[in-house]
Order: sequence, then C-alpha cells, then structure tokens
Amino acid sequence: MGILKKALTTAAIATVLMAQTAAAENVKIALVVKALGIGFFEAAAKGAEEAAAELGDVEIIYTGPTSTTAEGQIEVINALIAQGVDAIAISANDPDAVAPALQRAMDRGITVISWDSGVAKEGRQMHLNPSSSALIGNTIIKLAADHIEGTGDVAILSATSTSTNQNIWIEEAKKVLPNYPNVNLVATVYGDDLADKSYREAQGLMATYPNLKAIIAPTTVGILAASQAVTDAGKIGEINVTGLGLPSEMAGAVESGATISFAIWNPIDLGYAATMLSYNLVKGATAEPGASIPMGRIGAAVLDENNEAAMSDPFTYDKSNIEQFKSIF
Amino acid sequence: MTRSPRILPDRLQSPAARALRSWEAILVAVAIAVFVTNSFASPYFLNAWNLSDATFNFTEKALIAFAMAMLIIAGDIDLSVASIIALASTAMGVAMAAGADTPVLVLVGIGTGLLCGVINGALVAGMGLPSIVVTIGTMSLFRGIAYIVLGDKAFTGYPASFKFFGQGYVWWVISFELALFAVMAVVYYLLLHRTSFGRAVFAIGNNATAAQFSGIRVARVRFILFLLTGVMSGIAAVCLTSRLGSTRPSIATGWELEVVTMVVLGGVSILGGSGSIPGVVLAALIMGMVTFGFGLLNVPGIVMSIFLGVLLIGVIALPRLLRRR
Repeated sequence: MGILKKALTTAAIATVLMAQTAAAENVKIALVVKALGIGFFEAAAKGAEEAAAELGDVEIIYTGPTSTTAEGQIEVINALIAQGVDAIAISANDPDAVAPALQRAMDRGITVISWDSGVAKEGRQMHLNPSSSALIGNTIIKLAADHIEGTGDVAILSATSTSTNQNIWIEEAKKVLPNYPNVNLVATVYGDDLADKSYREAQGLMATYPNLKAIIAPTTVGILAASQAVTDAGKIGEINVTGLGLPSEMAGAVESGATISFAIWNPIDLGYAATMLSYNLVKGATAEPGASIPMGRIGAAVLDENNEAAMSDPFTYDKSNIEQFKSIF
Repeated sequence: MTRSPRILPDRLQSPAARALRSWEAILVAVAIAVFVTNSFASPYFLNAWNLSDATFNFTEKALIAFAMAMLIIAGDIDLSVASIIALASTAMGVAMAAGADTPVLVLVGIGTGLLCGVINGALVAGMGLPSIVVTIGTMSLFRGIAYIVLGDKAFTGYPASFKFFGQGYVWWVISFELALFAVMAVVYYLLLHRTSFGRAVFAIGNNATAAQFSGIRVARVRFILFLLTGVMSGIAAVCLTSRLGSTRPSIATGWELEVVTMVVLGGVSILGGSGSIPGVVLAALIMGMVTFGFGLLNVPGIVMSIFLGVLLIGVIALPRLLRRR
C-alpha cells in the first residue's frame, strides 16, 4: 500500500510538473552549429544560455551535425522542423545547400536567422556577422605585420576551400596588403579544419618557404595546429603564428611565444546576440533593411540592404590578457 | 546440454525456421524496436509529414547501396561513389551554366555517373586491378576534378523544374525520392534474386574461378556492376543536387562509408558471396529512423555515430553467436 501510494504521488507530481512545463509555452530557439565539439560553438551555446536566463521564457536547443557537412545540417534542420521549434539560428556549413531546407522551415512559420557563417539571402530572415569582414581581414594582416622586422614571407592556413567566412576574410586581407609593404603573402593552403591535416600543411609551408616569418590561420583549428607545428619544428621566435583563435586553446602557444598575439570576437557574445535577435523576431520584430533590432546588453543590430548586421570589432589577445580570458572560452 | 547430431549441409531447414533465424528477421526486429522506441520517446515522431521528411536522410544513399550491395556480393567494392556524386553534380552545374534545361541536366548527371562507372569497370574488370585500390584512386580523381572546376565557388540557380527530383512530391507525403527508392528496391530485388545475372553475381562472389569455368563471363558481369554503381551514383547526384539546389565540390563528403555501412548492416558479406536486397532496404530504413529519432530528441550526432557503430557490430555478431549455440 505504501509503495502504491508513493508511486501514485510521484505520478501526480510528474503530471503536474509536465503540465506546468507545457503551460509555460517557452520560446524554443535552436542554435545550430557547424559541428558539435568545437570550442568556439560551445562558448556560443554558453552565451545563448545566458540570453535565455535573462529572458526567462526561452528554451535553448544546442545542436549540430558530427562533421562539418551541409547534408548533416539538413538532417538536423529537418528534425527541428518536425519538433516545431520557434526559431533556428544557424552557422551554416554551406550558404546555398542549406537554403532549401531553411526555406521550408520559414514556410512552416519558423523564424530563421544565420550567424557567424551566413546563409544565402533567400534562406534566412537576417544574418548576424560577428564583426565586419573588412575589419577582420585587416586585423589578421596587421597582427602578422606588427611583428615582422624588415620584410618577410607570410602564408595563410585556412579551413576548407569552401568555408564561407574564411574565404571572405582572406579576400578582404588581400585587399589591404598594399598598406603593409613588409608582408609578402606567398601562399594560401587549406587544413580543412582538421588538426592533423592543418599540422601537415603548416609543416609543408615551413619546408617550402625558408624565409617564412608568419603563418596566418583565420580558424581556431588551424592556428592551434600551426603553433604546435612551429613549436615542434623548434622555430619559436622565427615564425609567428597568428590569426583567429580561442584564448583557452591558445594560452600555451602565447606563453611559449609561438604566437605573439591573435584576435577573436567574443563567441559568448555572439551566441547571446543570436539568441536575443531570434527571440525578438519571434516576438514580432521585422527583419528589413534599416531595421534596428535589440541584442540585449550588446546594443542593437542595424540591418543593411542585405539584411545583414555586424556585432562588434575583433579583439586582440596577447600575453597581457590571455590569463584573464583563457578560463572564459 | 548434449551435442545434437550435425545437420547434413544438403538438408534444408523448414522455410519458417530459416526465415526466423535469417538476418532479415533480426533487422525487422531492430526496425520495429527503433520505430516503437522513437514513437514513445518523441511526440513528433508519428506524423506523416515528419516521417516523410525523415526519408530524405537515407533515400539517396540507399539508391547507391542497392548497386553497391550487388558489387560487394560479387567480391568487389566501389569507394568512389561519393566522388562520382561530386563530379556528376559539378557536370550538371557546368551544363546549367551553359544554359541546359532540366531534361538535359538529368541526362548529364546520369551520363557522368555512367562514364565514371565505365572508368572504374575498365580498370577493374578490364585490366584486372584490385577494385579497392582503383576506386580509392578514382575517389581522389573524381572529386579532384570537381575541385579544379569549382574551387571555392558554387553553382546555384538551377531551374525551378529541376527542384522536383529532390524536393517534389509524387502523391501526398510520398516524395519523388521515396518513390524512386521503392521502385529501385523492386528493380534490384528482381535483378539480384530473380535473374540469371543475379545468380552469376553470387557465383562470382563465392568463387570467381569456378564461375569462369562454368561459363559465366566474369569480367563482363563485373564491368556491368561498376556501370550500375556509377549510374546509381549519377541518379543520387541528380536527387541530392536538386535537394540542395546547389553544387559545391564538397557535396556528399564521406558518403562512400555510409553507403558501405548500409550494405554491411543489410547483411551483405563484406567478403562477397551472400546478401540480399530486402536486407539493404531494412538497413536503410533503420539508419534513417535512428538518425531522425535521435535528431528529434536533440541527441548529439556523435552519440548517433556510436549507436550506429554498436548496432553494426551487434547485428554482425548476433547471428554468429546464435549459430555457435
């Protein structure tokens, strides 16, 4: 009798709890990333949770495929459409391939925005750039130029040859090269955002270009692998690895001197801002050129003619501040 | 337990007992288990449109898996299928850029697949090179050509009528891809299990030399099998390109292993000589449902990979354990 009573009570409590959850009608926002298990996106998810805590009535679904493929993201999008989420905020592996699936999501009343790595215009309502591409392109070249005495060969180690944002940044970086006469860009290679391949590509660069002074890796996987390759080759002080990295992963390289400085925006802010924008769009804001949509503590996103907005400037990390940031993300 | 007398190899079990202990029976049980679990785990699973969406997870891969199953039964393998998709999709993109309309695009896609199959077939069946080496080579070659043509660019803007193959519906929730999957399942079932060509495939897989001496034109059969995988990859390329509405050289990356997984999970012996199309159909359904069901629960993809790996080892080990008893 006692056991039965307990079971009944538990069941009753469970029913009440479930009913409460259902009654709350949380706004379900899905944060879809390129692939799970990448530090940058884990930090963005943390930011999304911060936004959710601030807003109160938001449930964050942090998800993504195992490997960085468009096909994998489409499977994830289909599952999210089936669940009837309120918003999808995606960092896309391919701007075009995911567009048809996202269009279907919008047809079924789901708010769709892209952040970090964009989606073709017809596949989203707006896109949030972490920073402006021109500023990033300039920053990564400047970081390399600042620490070259005289002139020197510089090579770029990118992610995949189809990575949307890396390609834009490299394009912008090439535009500002005339402003940095001491930088001689000799090659762009692709490590596919795989640690082992990036490491080998960095080794290849060192072997091919004896006058190499800096490797610019505008990807968190690439910069880490390249700084490891430089360390292993005993070329600390000769070759400076810079680009875009995560403070937690780069702390060792900065301390050893393989990397003097690197830049990144704050992915926590990015996840936070993407969540705030999704929420405001679900609650009735309209994404149209010229619109200003609030992003909580970060300010407001002002949309350009392509419904794109920039969040903030990239931030430089070096020996002076790495200790402070490495525990954050 | 006393040891029962050995059953003479030429004596058949009763058909019912055989069916119950077959690989397909295990797969049916797994499929039902997955379906029921999913239905209870997520309130969104049992919904016609959602299930229809879920079929896109496996239809294209399954189309290739049918041809791949026959190839593996015959003792060969084709690891270039995903690269054939990339090349066929790129060729369609080039044709589109030159102004080709939908029927021409489809022909170009399938034609490119056929051509790739001819190359693989000529190297393996014609020159007698090992298929695994040849297709690892063509895997890099075909995708390499796609990368040379496209680099970091993409082909977009396929004609609206082209969308039908990957986004269109034949009737209610039955998508074109699902219908094609069903038709091809029947076609390949008949081809493998009801024709002399199918018997020849099994014979070659069990003993190619003996097959040769019994009058089977081994080289020709193997050549045709490579043509089939090429053509099926071309058809899959048409569907996938249409579904994505774009072409990039990284399209369908890693699919060759997923196709082979589907075939092996379907009970086809990786050493050749045995397997069935119904098994592959069931494996496709299981993989699709597991992927979708886990997606609905927002289970991280890596857990899904682990589950599929365990499932694969499980269904392979189970019959062996049962037999030992």
